[in-house]
Amino acid sequence: MRARRDAAAAALPEWERLRERAAAIRRHTLANLGAYLEEFERNATRLGAHVHWARDAAEHNAIVEGILRERGVRRAVKSKSMLTEECGLNAHLEARGIEVVDTDLGERIVQLRREPPSHIVLPAVHLRRQEVGALFHEHLGSAAGLDDPAELAEVARRALRAAFLGAQAGLTGVNFALAESGGLVICTNEGNADLGMTLPPLHVACLGIEKLLPRAADLAVFLRLLARSATGQAITAYSSHVHGPRPGGELHVVLVDNGRSALLADAELRGALACIRCGACLNTCPVYRRSGGHSYATPVAGPIGSVLGAAREPERHASLPFACSLCGSCREVCPVRIDLPLQLVALRGRLRGRERTPRRLALRLAAAAMARPALFEGAARLARGLLAVLPESWWRRTPWGRGRARPPLPRRSFREEWRRRGR
Amino acid sequence: MDASRAAILAAVRRARTEPAPLPPDDGAWPGAGDLAEGFARACAAAGGRCVRVPEAAGLEAALRALPEAARAARIYSAHPGFAGAHFAPDELAEPRRLAGLELAVLPGVLGVAESGAVWVDAGALPQRAVLWLAEHLVLALPAADLVPQLHAAYARLRFEGPGFGVFVAGPSKTADIEQSLVVGAQGPRSTTVMLVGA
Amino acid sequence: MRAALFVPCYVDQLWPEVALASADLLERFGVEVRFSPEQTCCGQPFLNAGLPAEARALAQRCAAAFEGEEPVVCPSASCAAMLRHQLPRLLGAGSAALAGRVYELCEFLVDELGVRAVGGRFPRRVGLQPGCHGVRELGLARPSERVGPDFDKVGALLASVGGLELVAAARGDECCGFGGSFSVEEPEVSCRMGLDRLAALEAAGAEVLTSTDASCLLHLRGLAERRGSALRMMHVAEILAGREPPP
Repeated sequence: MRARRDAAAAALPEWERLRERAAAIRRHTLANLGAYLEEFERNATRLGAHVHWARDAAEHNAIVEGILRERGVRRAVKSKSMLTEECGLNAHLEARGIEVVDTDLGERIVQLRREPPSHIVLPAVHLRRQEVGALFHEHLGSAAGLDDPAELAEVARRALRAAFLGAQAGLTGVNFALAESGGLVICTNEGNADLGMTLPPLHVACLGIEKLLPRAADLAVFLRLLARSATGQAITAYSSHVHGPRPGGELHVVLVDNGRSALLADAELRGALACIRCGACLNTCPVYRRSGGHSYATPVAGPIGSVLGAAREPERHASLPFACSLCGSCREVCPVRIDLPLQLVALRGRLRGRERTPRRLALRLAAAAMARPALFEGAARLARGLLAVLPESWWRRTPWGRGRARPPLPRRSFREEWRRRGR
Repeated sequence: MDASRAAILAAVRRARTEPAPLPPDDGAWPGAGDLAEGFARACAAAGGRCVRVPEAAGLEAALRALPEAARAARIYSAHPGFAGAHFAPDELAEPRRLAGLELAVLPGVLGVAESGAVWVDAGALPQRAVLWLAEHLVLALPAADLVPQLHAAYARLRFEGPGFGVFVAGPSKTADIEQSLVVGAQGPRSTTVMLVGA
Repeated sequence: MRAALFVPCYVDQLWPEVALASADLLERFGVEVRFSPEQTCCGQPFLNAGLPAEARALAQRCAAAFEGEEPVVCPSASCAAMLRHQLPRLLGAGSAALAGRVYELCEFLVDELGVRAVGGRFPRRVGLQPGCHGVRELGLARPSERVGPDFDKVGALLASVGGLELVAAARGDECCGFGGSFSVEEPEVSCRMGLDRLAALEAAGAEVLTSTDASCLLHLRGLAERRGSALRMMHVAEILAGREPPP
């Protein structure tokens, strides 16, 4: 995936200029978010949409439930929305007797398995085709032993088409909300969001308050960056620009805060709100690639997930900012130039600052020893001496020595040697 | 709910972010070269098919010559240059009756050479869902309406009233099962762009 | 011209040859090298471990050790990046002058001394594992993520050594997994990343593995030895200064 992104980016000599521009537009938008939110609401309402505001996940869920219940909706189709994952919408609605069918193929697969998605863009990337075949055999009535992706997608197509035609409401996320026109932009490759928006009479679109752009013209920058960063495509199959409900239909837009305004107030971390959920950071992160999505336990995984998760729930996700080698690759691929490593180090400072552990004490003692040259030399010589006589079995029990051989120790340190040479 | 709105806006305003100006329009964006050539290549890269129709008068014949058209029992057309089958208004209003619609022919408003995307005004259709319900999609686009990239495209598009516009690039697709690309995920299995006057 | 040598704490104690070779190399190009024993550590391990106050104290000491106007040259891209980028953040705008005269060794040779060819002979196949800070923060080479003209200051110096054949590994600038405290906070992933780099460099035919960062090399050397790999690790300073590979 990273290779595909690189190839797509290289096809645009102005790639870095686009990134810089995108970063600046998002920074400007976030610096004027209140004004843009109001402008969006004004224009969307003028077009006939209903705009709702939710302070947190619970309010969001209650609002969506209320809209559906008022219209007697028992079955809704839903397309990709990390926000609704974040709020736990599906579980909320299902517990209250409203059936929700996830319609992205990958999301439908993990929904049938009762699992959360493992990746922003490829929710079922952790599954083999045979597992999907078995799943469809059990839930969708397809033949046993099917494992050809094309045949499996065909099974899902038929099942989901029936769901679209029978649904009373379509729930979608939003990629970008346009302040200037009151429009919503939704990008998919499957076309499922579009079926969900055009077939049922009711469309409910949910988005975080940070997803705004000032003008339609700004979309040029973002749509040129989004798909290339995510999958290496020049653009997704469908980029739908929704302005107002369809004739005879209803459009409800739910704007959700759920910790975003708090993040906006956080000078060190607010840059993370620029994220356009492309997944490029996940695709490049050498740590994420070797641990998969489920070890992150956040709706959004990888580098941006670690920042957002640790910022939102520090106790629960305290280890995430430390699970990073600070290589910086994520920052380099981010289309909006979020300085993820800097944010992760800032989070480490906050998390470690609250710890009272032996590790923290050891680090502070080490820092104190390093502060004075004489102390540093003495402590280091002692450590080298101990290292030389440490039994191998003890070495192998240290976090470093578990996987790595003991280094050869020099006879003299550099400063000893330099002194010896009279320098 | 008004309380939520007030609370959110107040919290956002309290954030005291540093001022950050909107970047000025700082010059032209590259994207020259033969637009039709570039478009055809990008269309193919997106999994679509681009057919050049030198004269507008030849559109009907070129359409009939497509294998999807030959197979289709009924063709829906919203394009003035091609008369499709007759669809009664109540049929279009009830999507279930459009199940299995084999082919839809729609006008393209503009085409983006860099990505093979075509802007379709789905809001102008009596049934917007046709764009995704059809098993196969044909978009007829005047070559004169090709632009190099999205900056040029948005310079031409206007969003004033209600509407539903879509950039369509290639057929519906997914790579959700083992990252294996499947064409025709939930929407059209093929998208053909008839580039007229190229 | 004079330059102050900034010797990373772990180089001082575990791999002094890197600093000795750096001094030799600089002297060969006419630089009078001075080492101030007041220096200890740039503070990076503590900043990255989440102790900014401790990092600040060490950075302060560093700044004091390098008072003056001469360039500060460091055979470690990560330590140079720490001083160049983090010093102003930790100590304020007053430290900007010092931050502006800190250089990693290779960039000092290329950018300040105008060195294009190092000479000497090193007839071996060499794999370069670029340190992440060097590539992505100091601009020693074009990061593979970035779109733009290709360049590699370190690779160019190595290629100028007689008989040296630079081999290119797949995923050339992917992180080796050291990452400072990461190497002991997440040792399994850290080692897996390192082993993948070793495999890629071996597959490319490298006999000697080099880097601008001895910290990365310590991690890779430990992995290579545990695995029984034939790869020999040398810092770029050692190769450019004409040292022989270890047995």
